[in-house]
Amino acid sequence: MGPFIDFLVDSLGFGATFMYGSTGEIITEKAGHLNLGIPGVMCMGGAGGCLMINLCVKAGFPPFLIVLLGILGSFIMGVLMGLIYSFLTVTLRANQNVTGLALTTFGVGLMKVLMSDKKLVQATTYLVNPKNYFRFPFASRTDNLHTLGVMFFIAVIIAIGAGWLLYHTRTGLNLRSIGENPATADAAGINVIRYKYLATCIGSGISALGGLYYIIDYMCSQEAYLSLEAFGWLSIALVIFVLWKPHITIPGAFIFGVLFSCSSHIPNLLPFIKVTMAAKPLFKMLPYVFTIVVLIISSVRSRRENRPPKSLGISYFREER
Amino acid sequence: MQPVLELKHITKRFGKDVLANDDVSMEVYPGEVLAILGENGCGKTTLMNMVSGIYYPDAGHIYIKGEEALIRSPRDAYKYNIGMIHQHFKLVDVFSAAENIALGLDKTSGSLKQVTDKVSEISAKYGFNIDPNKKIYDMSVSEKQTVEIIKVLFRGAEILILDEPTAVLTLSEIKRLFEILRNMVADGKSVIIITHKLNEVMEVSDRVAVMRKGKHIATVNTSETTESELTDMMVGRKVDLNIARTEPVDPRPRIEIRNLSLKDEEGGWALKEVNLTACGGEILGIAGIAGSGQRQLLEAVAGLNRPETGEIIFTNPKKNKPVTLFHKKLPQIRRLAAENKLHYPDGKRVNLSGVSDKQLRALIAEEKLLFDDDEIMSLRDKTPLEIRELGVKLSFVPEDRLGMGLVGDMGISGNMMLRSYRKGKSMFLNFKKPKALGEEIIKELEVVTPSVRTPVRRLSGGNLQKVLVGREISSSPKVLMAAYPVRGLDINSSYTIYNLLAKQKSLGTAVIYVGEDLDVLMELCDRIVVMNSGRVSEPLDARSVKKEELGRLMTVSHREGE
Repeated sequence: MGPFIDFLVDSLGFGATFMYGSTGEIITEKAGHLNLGIPGVMCMGGAGGCLMINLCVKAGFPPFLIVLLGILGSFIMGVLMGLIYSFLTVTLRANQNVTGLALTTFGVGLMKVLMSDKKLVQATTYLVNPKNYFRFPFASRTDNLHTLGVMFFIAVIIAIGAGWLLYHTRTGLNLRSIGENPATADAAGINVIRYKYLATCIGSGISALGGLYYIIDYMCSQEAYLSLEAFGWLSIALVIFVLWKPHITIPGAFIFGVLFSCSSHIPNLLPFIKVTMAAKPLFKMLPYVFTIVVLIISSVRSRRENRPPKSLGISYFREER
Repeated sequence: MQPVLELKHITKRFGKDVLANDDVSMEVYPGEVLAILGENGCGKTTLMNMVSGIYYPDAGHIYIKGEEALIRSPRDAYKYNIGMIHQHFKLVDVFSAAENIALGLDKTSGSLKQVTDKVSEISAKYGFNIDPNKKIYDMSVSEKQTVEIIKVLFRGAEILILDEPTAVLTLSEIKRLFEILRNMVADGKSVIIITHKLNEVMEVSDRVAVMRKGKHIATVNTSETTESELTDMMVGRKVDLNIARTEPVDPRPRIEIRNLSLKDEEGGWALKEVNLTACGGEILGIAGIAGSGQRQLLEAVAGLNRPETGEIIFTNPKKNKPVTLFHKKLPQIRRLAAENKLHYPDGKRVNLSGVSDKQLRALIAEEKLLFDDDEIMSLRDKTPLEIRELGVKLSFVPEDRLGMGLVGDMGISGNMMLRSYRKGKSMFLNFKKPKALGEEIIKELEVVTPSVRTPVRRLSGGNLQKVLVGREISSSPKVLMAAYPVRGLDINSSYTIYNLLAKQKSLGTAVIYVGEDLDVLMELCDRIVVMNSGRVSEPLDARSVKKEELGRLMTVSHREGE
């Protein structure tokens, strides 16, 4: 049973990357904005967090402060990316898909520059201790539970909190109405522009934490940033997989984690199955296959609640009729 | 008694030319139903939009309970206890009724549970029958309307404005709505109902304010007036417009519509057993309140929708006329000959067996092949492309110029090409002809544009319309259908369009003109039919018909039989 538990715990930890990414994206999409810049936002979040942690370690801050400032740095970087996106799409009403894709290209590129710069975050020393700071509750354990750090629990709290906010508060009701029918929300006296800015920026901030989580908390590896972009796209797929419901991202992210990493664990679990290197990418495809299956099933059942927000991707302009 | 709402000298303009409201004054008293009656575009909705904060008046003042009120947004209107129920509901589909009502409220309104309770309370008080937890997408139109009404009552509205509330309701639903309105009036609230249906005015209102072309004509007590008096006030005296009209020459049926019925999105009848004949060489006018099925009728003929029942017959006047390659391809001509439907000028039968394609082309070029008879074909369930391939030259000037008629981001030459890009043998596009045609239209119709390549969305409404009509008549159509071609145009552009239509008529085209202005219809057209709730009246002679008769046919209710 040992390897199996390891596999599940590992997937749980791994899935939290998507949990951040897609919770943030759901909040953004509920305001009617399809942010395809999430991979870029997550990358920049990772870079911002690492930069901050590096500075804090050099300055000799206490562990608690390093963790807090690291998370804050990552979040702020995400908010800044979200600001660029919302200024372009909300204020200037630029095409959301084009803006998002541009943001991804920009974010991924800039992150690679920052992360490989010798002076900024190249030094591996900053990774050694923060790893233990971030994995505070289970850091001393020898079993696989030590892969679950502080940020894993923050991810779960944020996902539950976002679900509660969207479906049980006045703010959530207003936000959802903007994604469905901004003209109606406007007529009801809701400040559509402010809600859109806030949802996009806070959503991007949350997504950005996924980058930091993956590099420092989950992988603790200098090279981890190289595979981050792919997880950004997976996060967007997860949004569809969980049908725009933040609280379902928790099991959804776990399933994605299982599917995506099963190729590495199968040799341990089922020794009779041989997985060649060439076959691994096929397994990594599974999350997308499952997303398509979910899409087909939900389209066939066609419940209105399971559809994307009605005005997703459409810019709102009051004077347009 | 002090009026609860008073409008004094309200004027509102849109742009330079359009005067939507001209010095309108009226009062509303507590506990009464005031009906605002008028044709389309007479400014009744604009006036009420100023009361509910959608527009702001250019001149004039609004007084609420004797005090001047500045209403700049719907929020301000709520502050003055004014609530408007628009024709198009502003509701979120995936939310429940209670959630829609709670939308945008501040903290003082309490939790969703409390909102739900208050909704039930309001429902009980006025006699609504609604489940606050039902989702909007599960609701009928009348239930959605109920949610809208409760929404404004919830916000404490004392003055309720309903814009055409009965347009989408069935007869029994209208009865219920009127009962509820009476309950509200009994409770001391004031109700303003915008409508063009006379029988409803007589049934529900205490007073009627009649509007015509932006002006307030009169306000009368309902009990002291009659339907015919109201119609007279609504349509006014006939105005002479001096549109050149010739007698139709040899009008023969070109398009015949028989028993055509069509369902709308909601499952009601958009068209019901329509019978109509449009003849070549005359202009057939279609009058009616907007949304009575005019668009659907034209689209059915143009091949853009699928009727449930009925027939659309097109007669091509080809008797003893030569076959041309324009509307028939060689194999089709061979088939016609094989079916023994062609003859030579000397009366001999045409036999094409053994005639090569080259010889056949020569025969056609010399106009040696003549039709025996008029061609008669059914256009029902054909796509626009299939209709064109049948050789039917049908032109359609749709209501929605930039949506259906033209591509906004393309220039004039590009838009000309939309009609002709399939022609030609090679895979490359021929830009020369569309460009020449575009230049010709610019010159002949005096279109103001920097060049043929300027995106047409930058042109003014009048110029856009000239481009669209110019393209449609450039193919020398047999049938020309125009829906509201002068809407939003100034006087000069309008006359250009009238003259173009009249010229098509003199060329023998069957022109179908859907219009709003009765004066124009009566001077431009030869025969007029009136559409009302998807039905078409008997054709009336435009030269002798009375304006009041058209007004009566437009507003009479067709619901009795249902």
